[in-house]
Amino acid sequence: MRARMKLLAGCLAAGLAASLLPAGAAFAEDGENYLHAGTNIRDAESLQRGARAFMNYCSGCHSLKYLRYNRMGEDLGIPAAEVAASLMFVSDKPFDDINSAMPTDSDKWFGKRPPDLSLIARAKGVDYVFSFLKGFYVDKSRPWGVNNDVLPNASMPFVLQSLQGLQKPIYKNETVDGEAKVVLTGVEPLSPGSMTPAEYDQFVRDITNFLDYAAEPIKAKRQFVGIFVTLFLLVFLGLAYLLKKEYWKDVH
Amino acid sequence: MAATENTSTGNAGGLLGWIDARFPLSKLWREQVSEYYAPKNFNFWYYFGVLSLVVLVNQLVTGIYLTMSYKPSAAEAFASVEYIMRDVDWGWLIRYMHSTGASAFFIVVYLHMFRALLYGSARKPRELLWIFGCLIFLLLMAEAFMGYVLPWGNMSFWGAQVIVSLFGSLPVIGGTLVEWIRGDYVIADATLNRFFALHVAAVPIALIFLVIAHLMALHEVGSLNPDGIEIKEHKGADGHPLDGIPFHPYYTVKDLVGIVVFLLLFCGVIFFAPTFGGFFLEAPNFEPANLLQTPPHISPVWYFTPYYAMLRAVPSFAGTQVWGVLVMGSAVGVLFFLPWLDRSPVKSIRYRGPVYKIALAIFSIAFVILGLCGMKPPSGIYPLLAKICTVLYFAFFLLMPWYSRLDSVKPVPQRVT
Amino acid sequence: MVFVNEFGGKFMSEQVDHSRRRLLTVATVGTGAVGLACAAAPFIASWQPSARAKALGAPVDVDASQLEEGQMLKVVWRGQPVFILRRPKTVLDLLAGHDEVLADPNSNASTQPAYIKSAGAARARNPEFWVGLAVCTHLGCSPLGAFEPNDASQLAGVDLGRSWPGGFYCPCHGSKYDISGRVYKAQPAPTNLTVPPYAITADAHIVIGVDEVAKIT
Repeated sequence: MRARMKLLAGCLAAGLAASLLPAGAAFAEDGENYLHAGTNIRDAESLQRGARAFMNYCSGCHSLKYLRYNRMGEDLGIPAAEVAASLMFVSDKPFDDINSAMPTDSDKWFGKRPPDLSLIARAKGVDYVFSFLKGFYVDKSRPWGVNNDVLPNASMPFVLQSLQGLQKPIYKNETVDGEAKVVLTGVEPLSPGSMTPAEYDQFVRDITNFLDYAAEPIKAKRQFVGIFVTLFLLVFLGLAYLLKKEYWKDVH
Repeated sequence: MAATENTSTGNAGGLLGWIDARFPLSKLWREQVSEYYAPKNFNFWYYFGVLSLVVLVNQLVTGIYLTMSYKPSAAEAFASVEYIMRDVDWGWLIRYMHSTGASAFFIVVYLHMFRALLYGSARKPRELLWIFGCLIFLLLMAEAFMGYVLPWGNMSFWGAQVIVSLFGSLPVIGGTLVEWIRGDYVIADATLNRFFALHVAAVPIALIFLVIAHLMALHEVGSLNPDGIEIKEHKGADGHPLDGIPFHPYYTVKDLVGIVVFLLLFCGVIFFAPTFGGFFLEAPNFEPANLLQTPPHISPVWYFTPYYAMLRAVPSFAGTQVWGVLVMGSAVGVLFFLPWLDRSPVKSIRYRGPVYKIALAIFSIAFVILGLCGMKPPSGIYPLLAKICTVLYFAFFLLMPWYSRLDSVKPVPQRVT
Repeated sequence: MVFVNEFGGKFMSEQVDHSRRRLLTVATVGTGAVGLACAAAPFIASWQPSARAKALGAPVDVDASQLEEGQMLKVVWRGQPVFILRRPKTVLDLLAGHDEVLADPNSNASTQPAYIKSAGAARARNPEFWVGLAVCTHLGCSPLGAFEPNDASQLAGVDLGRSWPGGFYCPCHGSKYDISGRVYKAQPAPTNLTVPPYAITADAHIVIGVDEVAKIT
């Protein structure tokens, strides 16, 4: 019994130590603080809005090549007819992957091919995606006139400018490693767009939510199945434990 | 005997008799399971052997199913993994079982090895058992390393690039060796394909043989126990150890409980946290391998980080980095000598003095800290911490012949407690 | 009374409760078996055609409205070639008259959807268009079209026989089929050409691979 207590204490200590590891150790760089996305893949309406927004604003350049239209329609509760009418290019079939209209030499236009976004939410995290879409600011030195405080010197033009409006950078004088430097510490509004800040936040949240879904379409189902698996195993544990106790009466 | 028995009636007794006359089925069952006498005082630490077996079977079965859809070429590998995750019915489950199983394997094997340090399971007459185990551990590391390359994500590529180029530091043969391993001038399609062949066929076959040898060696001398005493020294009138109980039904039934608890944790991860915060499935690996873009931090998967920390802890000397490679290799190599390093008259930590207990505690903490250091970039206090803990790690083994003999001992009981 | 058994375990006077042991064992093993079956199910299911297979095997939509009489298209569906032939009226009229030379005039032994079998000699949803797999039922060669009736030598060097009503001829081993893909008697090919499921839309689109076409408004 004593040994078990010691072990439990050891496990708790280990758990405590592990919790001291920075949360989201996989994503956060030193000093990076992303905005909190607050997405919910169970919000079907948000996903639908995000899908439509993605198709309207993003799919011209960015593909979602690992997602099929018909799968997206089923998972998001959009009828096949609606998917065909509002979300697909005319030449696409329902079972096709979601490709963009970008030609293969698009790196000539942007310096870099617009990347496929199927897995961006898993590779960088939803907070990154959310912060990125909110992080554009004016920068005359860049080819498209904008820069991004999450991805410095991003090659992407700001396609959502009409919705968010424009932002300008905030610079501060700081000493970094003993040297005086001018450091970008954030952005603030410059001119308004057609959406209020709250509306734009929700708009970006919807797109982020959709990309979170697109990165792992099975997520909601796997959590659902997991509940049943856990319940079964708990019942099975009870039976196995009673069985063990019964036979071990012989020994104790 | 059964050879002349008429089995045309086809009843179970007849069938079993027919088989037994031609194959030692019942004999194997009796000798290895229903009449294999194991000590009756197995505790928590004795679950991890059977759990290792469970995870091995999991990796083999899920691995075979993954091979049915995976494409081992640089052009198609990454997309084929997404194909499994999205297009193959239940492919996502098979994939997560395999990736979680890889990490679970190391958790279970590390704890299994720790048991040996607690109770002296590596000591005579179990030295060969321990050596087979160390060989399994070595092969497991190779298997995990190659398996991680197969998804051909960005961390797969760069992790492979870094680790394979370590061999380049070996004098004289280094450069040629690295090119020979890669089959190309960088980690490339040729590398991926051969890692696939090794990971799917060669190493699993070797592992299975070694696991069988490991179990045969165990059954030849019998299991040790938390008191570190040999139960075969006290046998009853029937020839069975007084402190032994048949493995079946007592340990089949007890191990079942342990297995279900393990499955609860295992499935908890698979269904609710398959990336486990980026430790079991690393975020950079959700981007395809990119020769032109290195991930901001290249660190190996968590189970290799202690050894990676040791590698980085050793400074360059005489113009070469080979010392770090040698130290890292020796960290695994020193394990093989454990049976001969421990000179204590008693086996189990229960009857040793405070010296060994402190040494083991320091060793364990040093190993964990090394793991943490391996995850971090080499700045701040981590490099110094890694150096100190590397020394502590080796001190545990290299000083053991002395402190194990100088340590006090408590009287060892004749029978298990 | 306390008994000590062989393992040092102590029992009170009541012995081992065998019925409880049996019950618990059966319950545990039974539950375990159910669990094992549930765990095996996903592995077995993973062999089903994947979404990619279903996509690649998806129905093929062909615009047949541009076909001229006597013209034939070959399209690929599920990796197999499919004939789409626009049959002239003259040939259609000849369909009923030659059952005695056919091995299986009513398509009892061959493969086709129910609505094709019930269409009789035409073996088509719309008699003007014939749809069928371009795969000879002998050894899988691709038959040639020989659509001119009464022209016994329209394929160079091949004698199609007197009163050839128009049809298909397989060059590999000489199997002859009529214009509905029905095989002649005493041919190397055993059965009529297979007809896949297909539907015809109002605007003369032939969709191969489905029985009905869902309306997309």
